[in-house]
Amino acid sequence: MFKSHLATGLTWLSAVLVSGMFTWLLADLLMHGLAKLSWAFFIESPENAGRSGGIGPIIVSTALILLIAVATALPLSLATAVLLSEFTRRDGVFALLLRRSLDVLAGVPSIVFGLFGNAFFCIDLGLGFSILSGGLTLACMILPILIRTTEEGLKAVPDDYRLAAVALGMSRSSALVHLLLPAAVPTLLAGLLLGIGRAGAETAALIFTSGYVARMPDSLLDSGRALSVHIYDLSMNVAGGDAAAYASTLVLIMLLLIINTIAANLMKHWNLAKA
Amino acid sequence: MSLPRADRRLAALLRICALPAVAIVLLILLFLARESQPVLQHVALNRFISDASWHPLQGLYRLTPMLAATLYATLGALLLAAPLGIASALFSRYYAPPLLAAGYRRMIELLAGIPSVVYGFWGLTTLAPLIGRLHPPGVSLLSGMLVLALMILPTVALTVDAALAAVPVAYLRSAAALGLSRWSLIGGVALPAARPSIAAGILLAAGRAIGETMAVLMVTGNVVQLPQSLFDPVRTLTANIALEMAYATGDHRAALFVSGLALMVMVLVLVATAELFNQERRHV
Amino acid sequence: MKKLGIVIVIVLITGAVWGLLQSQPSEPKIDKLVLTGSSTIAPLAAEIGKRFEALHSDVRVDVQTGGSSRGISDARAKLADIGMVSRALKDDEKDLPAFTLALDGIAVILNKANPVAALDKQQIIAIYTGKIVNWKDVGGNDAPITAVNKAEGRSTLELFLHYFGLKNTDVKPQVVIGDNQQGIKTVLGNPDAIAYVSIGTAEYEAGQGAAIKLLPLDGIAASVENVRNRSFPLARPLNLVTPAAPTGLVKDFIEFAESPQVHDLIEAQYFVPAPR
Repeated sequence: MFKSHLATGLTWLSAVLVSGMFTWLLADLLMHGLAKLSWAFFIESPENAGRSGGIGPIIVSTALILLIAVATALPLSLATAVLLSEFTRRDGVFALLLRRSLDVLAGVPSIVFGLFGNAFFCIDLGLGFSILSGGLTLACMILPILIRTTEEGLKAVPDDYRLAAVALGMSRSSALVHLLLPAAVPTLLAGLLLGIGRAGAETAALIFTSGYVARMPDSLLDSGRALSVHIYDLSMNVAGGDAAAYASTLVLIMLLLIINTIAANLMKHWNLAKA
Repeated sequence: MSLPRADRRLAALLRICALPAVAIVLLILLFLARESQPVLQHVALNRFISDASWHPLQGLYRLTPMLAATLYATLGALLLAAPLGIASALFSRYYAPPLLAAGYRRMIELLAGIPSVVYGFWGLTTLAPLIGRLHPPGVSLLSGMLVLALMILPTVALTVDAALAAVPVAYLRSAAALGLSRWSLIGGVALPAARPSIAAGILLAAGRAIGETMAVLMVTGNVVQLPQSLFDPVRTLTANIALEMAYATGDHRAALFVSGLALMVMVLVLVATAELFNQERRHV
Repeated sequence: MKKLGIVIVIVLITGAVWGLLQSQPSEPKIDKLVLTGSSTIAPLAAEIGKRFEALHSDVRVDVQTGGSSRGISDARAKLADIGMVSRALKDDEKDLPAFTLALDGIAVILNKANPVAALDKQQIIAIYTGKIVNWKDVGGNDAPITAVNKAEGRSTLELFLHYFGLKNTDVKPQVVIGDNQQGIKTVLGNPDAIAYVSIGTAEYEAGQGAAIKLLPLDGIAASVENVRNRSFPLARPLNLVTPAAPTGLVKDFIEFAESPQVHDLIEAQYFVPAPR
């Protein structure tokens, strides 16, 4: 019984500690950045190297980059996760090679991704500094996260489901679409949110791929400054850019909040629909 | 085991979709190798360990202190983030009332999306001066570990949270029916069932920690030296690349890419070691 | 749920098709000018570019960063129309035409809480080579000195070393930084730190109430004004380089960037317009 109480105590303590850090961080951000937030800030273009005006075009560029990253990474990671979980032998050579590659990919530094993305997408594939290059580079970065979490989600589905499917004479693909994937959706979604968070937070990789141009993009092949790059430039490169940097961070957090809330609501719908 | 035709087609399609992941890693390795060529042509590999110091403009290329710094920072961050992350997941899954749990989870998701620049900035302007009051200069291995821990905690927390959510309800119901206390239920049933996922989450977090560039650049002090204490400034390999790449040419630039390769090797070694401790569940 | 899924898929496909259609070169008359290189010059170049675009409606000026060495290599490889280089050109780079846009002075800064008001050349050398390690040896408090140095390869470092006659292997810093802002924030957070940063940035921050002070060098006060009248000894040029002698649009842009029309932009970034 004591162990149980100790565990409860420690868990609550940890939660308080983590919440404390987050509140500290958020308070710092709000204190310095709230003053600059306004309706105009969301719509206008940056003026005076970003110290006045707003971040409208930057929000648009960021959204496009994230969209490309997710649209590219999601189907590939789903397929790879399904392959790893359902179609390969645990100790097979292919699976081993794939898993090692993913683990290594997860550890590649963001700046190396940036340099690689620049060499491969911008120069070799001829996309130049563009939102497309940035999105594709980010897709490479979040691939391991999405694959790993989806794979774990599929592995956690009890074998009873699979055995029942075989007993009913369902093909593997059928079992997948109708039984396994739906059961793994919550984990999938968690991984997706983690991946989106990571993508939105990425700075070094985007500086060299989607670039620095703060103009409203006309197409996916235009260079577009992402929110994280803008924050970096304002806080580290431009004298007097601190206030705008804080405000931009608050906007980023707001965007993430919106995305996560929508995802959580979708989950609730999904669970209700299943039941 | 022979599969029906539709399944075999599906398997083939899946294999094609899985190729990009492998291809990208190979491409990155090739890229690093290609860019490292200029310096490797006349500088032997052992010099990257045996040279006197890291002063590339004077032909000195010692990487060891930076390798050590990366290792220490990552391990320190993991030691802090793993227990806190797992505890956070347990909190939102089993201990907190539903409303609080949802709010807490939302907060962790937001922490995951804060740019590394912001963490670094906060570390430099708020955390480092505090540590500096204890022991100058403030920017140090310790502040690096703390900031990294804060950054990778959401990865651990969210993956473990998802893993716990996937534990079949039947397991928990049976445990409760048997009269197990809350901790026995969690520690004896839920956590072991989720162990492979927890390991995967920690591995992802380790990858993130090793690869983190911006934040460590701002809070670790960037002095190339083997740390004698937690309060000594250090330079990680990633910070080194970011710091010097913008102004490096020729051999200097190539040497930076060599350090990138060294990082990849380090990741491989770390991963191989971790896999030794991880047993995969068998299933059909 | 299924219906929602179908709707989402349709929206995504429509969006993708629209996006791809937009990627077709629709207006061949738009001329694009690409500048890459130093992140110090980038904000200034972007502002100059915006003003240039306002005067020429069919031109787009795209500025990218990547560092001064990137600026040189991209200009040489014709990957960029103009390279931004925040230092004087090295001997093997002198074949590229260079145009000095502005000057950026370098000042030694201390935290305002530090009672030391001035340091002479010998003292600064001793501090940075680790021979003096406590502020009390130069008339300050009894506290260990935190010497802040810039990362290798940076032009500010090169100028600093050159002026004080040092090699980078001689310097024994406690902290190494990358950008000016990092230097300023380090000194703000550590009352026993000493660093050297761009004068303009330091002057601006001090003017905004930041607790830093600029030390005079050889008796000359560190101010943007003194860089302007050439009395301050430590300054670096901010250059634009081109692959070959500039013609057409590139020539127009360079001439615009060198004209008095952009002096207010240069000063807004706390640099000093290059004297002509």
